[in-house]
Amino acid sequence: MAEIGETRRELALDCFLLAGKILMENGAETYRVEDTMIRMAVSQKMTHSHCFVTPTGIMFSPTEEMATRFVRINDRQTDLERVALVNAVSRRLVAGEYTLQKAYEELQIIDQTNYKFHIGLQILAAAMASGCFLILLGGSWSDLPFAFVFGGTGFIIVETILIQTRVKFFAEFIGALAIGILALLAVHSGYGTDLDTIIIGSIMPLVPGLLITNAVRDLMAGHFVSGLSKGAEAFLTAFAIGAGIALVLSF
Amino acid sequence: MNWPLEAFLSFLAAGSFGVIFNTPRRTLFSCGLVGMTGWLIYRSYVLVLDDPTQASFAGAFGVALVAHLLAKKFKMPMIIFSVAGIIPLVPGSKAYNAMRNIVENNYLEAITYASEALMISGAVAMGLVFAEVLMQLFFKRQAKRIQRKIGMTQN
Repeated sequence: MAEIGETRRELALDCFLLAGKILMENGAETYRVEDTMIRMAVSQKMTHSHCFVTPTGIMFSPTEEMATRFVRINDRQTDLERVALVNAVSRRLVAGEYTLQKAYEELQIIDQTNYKFHIGLQILAAAMASGCFLILLGGSWSDLPFAFVFGGTGFIIVETILIQTRVKFFAEFIGALAIGILALLAVHSGYGTDLDTIIIGSIMPLVPGLLITNAVRDLMAGHFVSGLSKGAEAFLTAFAIGAGIALVLSF
Repeated sequence: MNWPLEAFLSFLAAGSFGVIFNTPRRTLFSCGLVGMTGWLIYRSYVLVLDDPTQASFAGAFGVALVAHLLAKKFKMPMIIFSVAGIIPLVPGSKAYNAMRNIVENNYLEAITYASEALMISGAVAMGLVFAEVLMQLFFKRQAKRIQRKIGMTQN
């Protein structure tokens, strides 16, 4: 352990923290983040390192004689491609195919590149998912265009407000509200038939599926802090959607 | 029930969620297949035994098993495949009905729906975790060998 040079160890720390940060920001489970960081550390002969990962910050303590480092995580989104890419880099580093320098460069590229599908494609996907759920949940074929359009519209509204305000709760509330109003208008004008299935189908793209899964996985793996905070985030999202719809239904 | 139609729609829905969550492009097809597996297991269970909670457990269990196998095949984190797959099992309509009944002041009815929604989401979570633990037991020997190789020992 003592033979590793100081600059190399600093580079190693930067590398681990960047990997952890990218993973956490893009929707990986907490246990995977910790596991990846520890594996990378072990591959660099830091065998007694500890890390503590929460959804808002990562602490990493390499060895007894080195200072603990901390990185703050500000916003979280869902981008599973980055999770897969970081995972691949860490696998290669552990297997010895990448040097530390190469791995760090790769991680920086991953951090700066935008891998997201084109926004139009995402909206189309949201609309398609809404339409599919309408039929799967027993809706009638005549309601299909409404769910398709409203699902896409709700997704556009949420994404736009999210970019403008950075307040997730507010964006989801307005999105659900818009879907509710549109669905109500469609049914009252006589074109739509079943209000309930149109609304359920259209709000499906907003459902916090990833958060719920991750929260439970983290709780079961013993990461109670992350599990509870992700659970709280999922609950807030569900509450925002519910409140938006409830407001429409109460008229 | 129209099996091919439901299979196709659940495949499409899970694939669409794959696009929304930005899963790697070459796994999109597999994500759709995982979603289809989960939904078909869920639907057949409901048809045969008429218990949505148990059906959700079975569906999530199936999703996690298939996701784990695909994760091994693609050498990617399991979450990429399981997330889109469990979306069709989320009790959206129960939660919606609970909300609707609260707004209409039918609190007793709302509690029924809300507890059903809670039970189903619990069942989905349990299904995921059970399958993962089972797979870990199954792959334990293999995992231990790899861990010994990279110098990481389990206790």
